[in-house]
Amino acid sequence: MRSRYLATVAVALLAGGLAACSSDDAATGDDAAAGGPIAVNASDTTCEVGVTDVNAGTVQFKITNKGGKVTEFYVYATGDRVMGEVENIAPGLSRELHVELPAGTYETACKPGMIGKGIRGPLKVNGSAAPLTEDAALKDATTSYQRYVKSQTDALLEKTQEFVDAVKAGDAEKAKALFPVARTYWERIEPVAEIFGDLDPKIDGREEVIEEGMPFTGFHAIERDLWQTGDISKSGPMADELMVNVKEIVAKATAEQLSPLQLANGAKELLDEVATGKITGEEDRYSHTDLWDFNANVEGSKAAIASLRPALEQRDAALVQQLDTEFANVETALTKHRNGDGWKFHNELSQADLKELSDVINALAEPISKVAAVVAG
Amino acid sequence: MTLAGVGVAGLAGAAAGASAVLAADSDPAAGPSAASGAVPFYGDHQAGIVTPAQDRLHFVAFDVITKDRDRLVTLLQDWTAAAARMTAGQDAGAIGAVNGIPEAPPDDTGEALDLPPAGLTLTIGFGATLFRDAAGTDRFGLAARRPEALSELPRFPGDALQPEISGGDLCVQACANDPQVAVHAIRNLARIGMGVVSVRWSQLGFGRTSSTSRDQVTPRNLFGFKDGTANLKAEDTALLDEHLWAQAGDGPSWMDGGSYVVSRKIRMIIETWDRTSLGEQETIVGRAKGSGAPLGQQGEFDEFDFSIKGSDGSPAIADVAHVKLAHPTQNGGARLLRRGYNFVDGSDGLGRLNAGLFFIAFQRDPRKAFVPIQLQLARHDVMNEYIRHVSSALFACPPGVRDAGDHWGRSLFS
Repeated sequence: MRSRYLATVAVALLAGGLAACSSDDAATGDDAAAGGPIAVNASDTTCEVGVTDVNAGTVQFKITNKGGKVTEFYVYATGDRVMGEVENIAPGLSRELHVELPAGTYETACKPGMIGKGIRGPLKVNGSAAPLTEDAALKDATTSYQRYVKSQTDALLEKTQEFVDAVKAGDAEKAKALFPVARTYWERIEPVAEIFGDLDPKIDGREEVIEEGMPFTGFHAIERDLWQTGDISKSGPMADELMVNVKEIVAKATAEQLSPLQLANGAKELLDEVATGKITGEEDRYSHTDLWDFNANVEGSKAAIASLRPALEQRDAALVQQLDTEFANVETALTKHRNGDGWKFHNELSQADLKELSDVINALAEPISKVAAVVAG
Repeated sequence: MTLAGVGVAGLAGAAAGASAVLAADSDPAAGPSAASGAVPFYGDHQAGIVTPAQDRLHFVAFDVITKDRDRLVTLLQDWTAAAARMTAGQDAGAIGAVNGIPEAPPDDTGEALDLPPAGLTLTIGFGATLFRDAAGTDRFGLAARRPEALSELPRFPGDALQPEISGGDLCVQACANDPQVAVHAIRNLARIGMGVVSVRWSQLGFGRTSSTSRDQVTPRNLFGFKDGTANLKAEDTALLDEHLWAQAGDGPSWMDGGSYVVSRKIRMIIETWDRTSLGEQETIVGRAKGSGAPLGQQGEFDEFDFSIKGSDGSPAIADVAHVKLAHPTQNGGARLLRRGYNFVDGSDGLGRLNAGLFFIAFQRDPRKAFVPIQLQLARHDVMNEYIRHVSSALFACPPGVRDAGDHWGRSLFS
């Protein structure tokens, strides 16, 4: 838990040569711009940000969750490019966020229930900011995405641990509720995970892709126990093994720096995941929680594109506009299937629903497939 | 694919590629000799209608998923450019399947590299739902331009239509003498259309079931009978104006020179048909299975004489025989240009082949052609015991694209 917000401190480093931040000075870090943390009072329906006009530099927020739902807090640049975020703030708790913000206009967002666009508000950052050169913009994409990966892996560790604990305690209902939530963080950064070829199938392998002689383990094996056989009395060792593997992959993933080209391809691959595994209901065949994964893949794709955004805007502004439109269309189509803070189950969707989702994903994937060439060009 | 006309070597030897290509159009009866050559894309009428029926089909219907009229028009322009290239034997895009930068997906999918044009034709049609969708919305400001002839077909007795493989806002018929060339064309058009259109359904056909030229041998359908003997043919120019091409004054002028296409997927219950005696099969069809001659007559192309009596004194061709019910004399002179294909879509899980006829017919006005003929057949045809109509669609195919400055749908959208 202590390491949670450290991730978000290692922000863009756009303006100056700030090194990625080390341990404890995060909580108390000198805040040149705002003179103390800005209080954010988050409830299930409101997101009150104490100050919305600040000077450029490191900005501190202290988010208090006064609602009944787990929430998240984000600072977004244009195109929902995440400048800083705190995930998974439980009711009653406070968290801090330190974020390096160059001059410009931003949006803050609380996400009660950790879903949707959240409750948005404006944030103005004063000062002068030199526009990035193209090369700097590309270099920044890597740093920006690494920041995203760090935030997701922290939440992944935490939620997977809760899931594993529930399985081992024999609490099937709790484990079932946590299954799609823990997977959300996994699915958002799957292209990074897939770099580590041997670990990915152990964590996320589906029954039919496991090679002869290799045991079926990981999320989907436990999913089968939870939903199909309904017997998790012997699932404990598998749950422990899942946790070990997740920890190992997180350690590797956070050390990995994805090149801008890898980011572009990752954004596309996430949509390919949706098109091949989630639309069909193959991914979560026992639990039918595919739409959680679907949404997480789209969010992950959007995050990768958002990291590239400043570079893309310089090179092909029309493409960025098209991506914005198509991402919005996907979100609109997906929102129809929201159920409370979660989603409908795959087997509750009609063929017409699935076709609509398939169409909007294809419509988005086509322009996304052009991003790599723009980045390389 | 490289150049138009490559692979026309089979053509009598003397003709060079380019002239052979032209021959395919100016002489519609060029037929099989042009099997691997290119069919001209530009012209007064769209290719793929009176063009001698190629051996292979890939037919696709699309739904338009954008609400943006400009994006739709841009797509029609992009499609036209790609269609002009592909029918000439070139890659779908200007860069090509293998000449682009390694980071970008190619603008052609590549499976037709090294293949000749194979007589590829691409024919577009507009469905009634493009003008006003199922909810009654005029999405693209076209409602006032819908021809009366493009009305929903009536329900015919016995129809077992599946909505998911029926209808559609747009269609493209790809015909070629190489199945890979036809599939390549549809695949690339679908790829180019991502985000603007979505494939609603598509159908492959593997053997033509009609001749559209006097030079072509009449082929057989999966019942084993010659089909399309009495078809409208390219050489019947006066009949074509009377029965095939929409004429000035028929409806909105954007359709002048166009034609209406009806598609019907007709599942044949071939297992029960195959257990039927030869005599009964011939009685049902009204033709001899071997020669194709009308029953009681000698040659395939003999004019039907329904007055001829059989040995038992009853008409040689029964009143409920398929050929009689479909004959122009029984339908106020109605004629069709049929261009259907056999299909076998694997099996149906009950130990039967999922096989039949993908019926395609072009006409000047379906209300005066397909509809009365099909009403007759649906009510009386004894063949109905062996067939099921499982999909249906009607599209208005506009006139031809005149030149590189023109595009599919220009007259409709301008």
